[in-house]
Amino acid sequence: MPLDLALIFVGALFCVSVLSIRRRARSDISRIIYTLCCALCVLIFVAVVSPRGAHALSATLPLGLPWIGMRFRLDALSAFFLAVVNIGGAAASVYAIGYGAHEKHPMRVLPFFPAFIAAMNCVVLADDAFTFLVAWEFMSLSSWALVLASHQEAESRSAAYIYLLMASFGTLCLLMAFGVLGGVGGAYDFSTIREAPKDAWKAGLVLGLVILGAGSKAGLVPLHIWLPLAHPAAPSHVSALMSGVMTKVAIYGFIRIVFDLLGQPAFWWSIHPLVLGALSAMTGILFATVQSDLKKLLAYSTIENIGVIFVALGLALAFKANGQALPAALAFTAALFHVFNHALFKSVLFFGAGAVLGATGEKNIEKLGGLIKSMPRTAFLFLGGCVAIAALPPLNGFVSEWLVFQAILLTPSLPQWILKLITPLVGVALALSAALGAGCYVRAFGIVFLGRARSAAAQAASETDGWSLGAMSVLLAMCLLAGVAPSFMIDTISPAAQEYVGGRMIVQGDLPWLTIAPVAESRSSYNGLLVFVFILLSSFGAMRLIRTLWPRPVRRAPPWDCGYADSSLATQYTASSFAQPVRRALGGLAFSTRESLDMPLPGETRAARFTVEIGDRFMNGLYTPLAKAVWFCAGRLNVVNFLSIQEYLGLVFVALVVLLIIVAL
Amino acid sequence: MTFLLDLFAQAMQMILVLALSPVLIGFTRKVKARLLRRQGAPVMQPWYDLIRLLRKETVLAEDASWLYRSAPYIIFATTWVAASLAPTFATGLMFSWIADLIALTALLGSARFVLALAGMDVGTSFGGIGSSRETMFGSLAEPATIMIVFVVSLIAGSTQLSEVAAYMASDFELRVSVGFALVGLVIVAIAENGRIPVDNPSTHLELTMVHEAMILEYSGRHLAVIELASALKLLLYVSLIACVFFPFGLAPHNGSLSGMGYGVVLYVAKLAVAGFLLAVFEVSTAKMRVFRVSDYLGVALMLGLLGTLLVFVTRSL
Repeated sequence: MPLDLALIFVGALFCVSVLSIRRRARSDISRIIYTLCCALCVLIFVAVVSPRGAHALSATLPLGLPWIGMRFRLDALSAFFLAVVNIGGAAASVYAIGYGAHEKHPMRVLPFFPAFIAAMNCVVLADDAFTFLVAWEFMSLSSWALVLASHQEAESRSAAYIYLLMASFGTLCLLMAFGVLGGVGGAYDFSTIREAPKDAWKAGLVLGLVILGAGSKAGLVPLHIWLPLAHPAAPSHVSALMSGVMTKVAIYGFIRIVFDLLGQPAFWWSIHPLVLGALSAMTGILFATVQSDLKKLLAYSTIENIGVIFVALGLALAFKANGQALPAALAFTAALFHVFNHALFKSVLFFGAGAVLGATGEKNIEKLGGLIKSMPRTAFLFLGGCVAIAALPPLNGFVSEWLVFQAILLTPSLPQWILKLITPLVGVALALSAALGAGCYVRAFGIVFLGRARSAAAQAASETDGWSLGAMSVLLAMCLLAGVAPSFMIDTISPAAQEYVGGRMIVQGDLPWLTIAPVAESRSSYNGLLVFVFILLSSFGAMRLIRTLWPRPVRRAPPWDCGYADSSLATQYTASSFAQPVRRALGGLAFSTRESLDMPLPGETRAARFTVEIGDRFMNGLYTPLAKAVWFCAGRLNVVNFLSIQEYLGLVFVALVVLLIIVAL
Repeated sequence: MTFLLDLFAQAMQMILVLALSPVLIGFTRKVKARLLRRQGAPVMQPWYDLIRLLRKETVLAEDASWLYRSAPYIIFATTWVAASLAPTFATGLMFSWIADLIALTALLGSARFVLALAGMDVGTSFGGIGSSRETMFGSLAEPATIMIVFVVSLIAGSTQLSEVAAYMASDFELRVSVGFALVGLVIVAIAENGRIPVDNPSTHLELTMVHEAMILEYSGRHLAVIELASALKLLLYVSLIACVFFPFGLAPHNGSLSGMGYGVVLYVAKLAVAGFLLAVFEVSTAKMRVFRVSDYLGVALMLGLLGTLLVFVTRSL
């Protein structure tokens, strides 16, 4: 029943998408469409989440390929991801009721938005390769159309182009992966694939293809280059969906194939997720630290979080391969918990960035500042999102990071030497990226919301609308709940862990006071609720006590600044100067920097100029040469366009002979 | 009865850390002064300063927001909670299980996060410089701490400080990785508390100042609360080092009152030794350039990583 309901609601989302296509948009159409989207997302959420931990359900629809049909299945894992997708979708819809009112061309967004959400739901529900790939491609294309929403800007167009290329590449890889999995018999439904025996080389090949396919969608380094371009180019509610939710659907694809369809893993499967995850975490956060476009900064930080999730999944694979069910369940739970957390706080942050963009029209954070006074509510909610993503207690980001660290602390029991050498390095990378993340968000919040306004636009900003604030508040409240009552989330994830890594963490709900203890309480435990309560009590207690004992009123005065006070705005710290120490100390790990200083000679009156160029090593070292090679080959192959009919027939003959030889072998 | 005793021990720890932290600062200053052949202010001087600051009028910069006014209390609360959870004179206190070593590190990270934001709130150049540098130091010091935590907890088989201390006290064996962890943690502690050679706690208006730059605009009771929080932070680091590496004399869980009394006396003695060593170290080194600090903290990070690798490798032998 839940599955049927979910499918009906997903179908309804597609209908909404079709119905919203209008030649001439009525003024309130976007409000109606977004309300419908929100309602349907909530309905799907309720339908799939209510039978918590129930058995898997499946259904077949007479659509798609005639001899297969479209198979759908709802189990613990897909229910969890459906919850993530629909929480994100519902929040984005509510936000868009307010935000979408400013849209200049609503018809470029409205039809694609419900289709995008519906496609993500379908990916998670799919139970055969055909449905999975169609839904996956649908998700890519609808989000591509959304990236193109502001197609007048050249930047958006090139972002969409690169996104389309990378998305097609990813789907191609997945297509081949399913080809290898399905074999010559062409068994494409997941239950047959699951049962079929797999050769070691085949499994390795599929793993590689899945890392390329799902990794490129999730933004795993070095397949991430489209992400920081495409996510910011879309309208903010779509950015939130792409960063917060779509990357998670890609992770779902990875888990479904690697943990489920491929069967029992070998230990070396974990190496790639671990190494690439650590690399993504470091690269993502270092790039985020030096961005001056707020939405780009958030997009790069998504890469970091995806890295953390892949590291946790890699650990889960390593433990599972060695038959250590309990640590595997811990790592797997950490990964899924972080999936959930990141979907929440990244949406809050993108909504906040959208609100700032709407209020000031300014993407560049060097031109913002002081918004905490003109947009106090947005500032508070954005600050909450920053604290959550910076992995600081008592919010939820910390809990999942903590679980990942606890999983790393169990790795010495792994028998393989290579893993013993890799995991401490991965641990350093995670610790570094967590600390850098905190610094990155100090900078993001501090430059945008604190200090004094750096431009007239920032000066004139006003608070955003109630719908946007409502969507952000609900998500932030969920962040707080997941932070102070993580035991509930862990127990929700446990059935999925039981199914896919063969073990579960001890039932956390049994521990007193919402404590969580991954292995045993004597080993490690954390209680977010008490930490939160103690901090709250001692800060308010201290404040009240001091104010009653020494009640002298506060006086306002110009800043002192050690006697050097200068009212000029130019003396404020800028975003790039704030990032300079980190850039100098650690930037070399991720990018190449060229600083040049143009200093006028004594007596000259022109201004000095300092420029910093940040070169993306992956772009310059990998993609640019690749693009050049493609151009070169394409130029050479151009000759084939201008052959005579005999020559074409000759080519066809040669191709036929070659194919026959291959088949004969 | 045990419940009451537990509650008493926990409350006592909370009050003890609060009362002793300014004294530790005062003692260090006194020793420094004596080493420089000065008379020095009385050991209780930091407490007198705090009381005086509390009595004084609080002046706020015109551009300061609500964040600026609430930041001191949040910083104080997170640091105090962290300091109350680390074992000082007894292990297995009532609430010691609510946050393990990683969570303590993150609590200090929260305090740093809020302090760095407060530094940027008024929009002055000094505040920004302080926040920016604190962020860089933090982004190296925090991973170094995590790696040291890895070393210690892999050896002790737990991230709970009480368990670690109990393990170190009962079956301790001399290991290279423990040595690395100790040196690393001392380096981090010096950097995190803004002591020489990273930062000079007694200067203003020096281009290398970090902590003082962020709190430049604070005055009156706000300043008092922040000063108390930074004193607590120093005390917390000393307690951490003491309970992990020198865990003798810690009263066990459900211990007797006399055991606790003995623990308190030994704890004060440990604090005195740490304060003395800190003072000697500070008068015998010079401050380093701010861009050298990343190398200095990098040493701590590498020590932590090496220690962890050693533990990983020796585990299986």
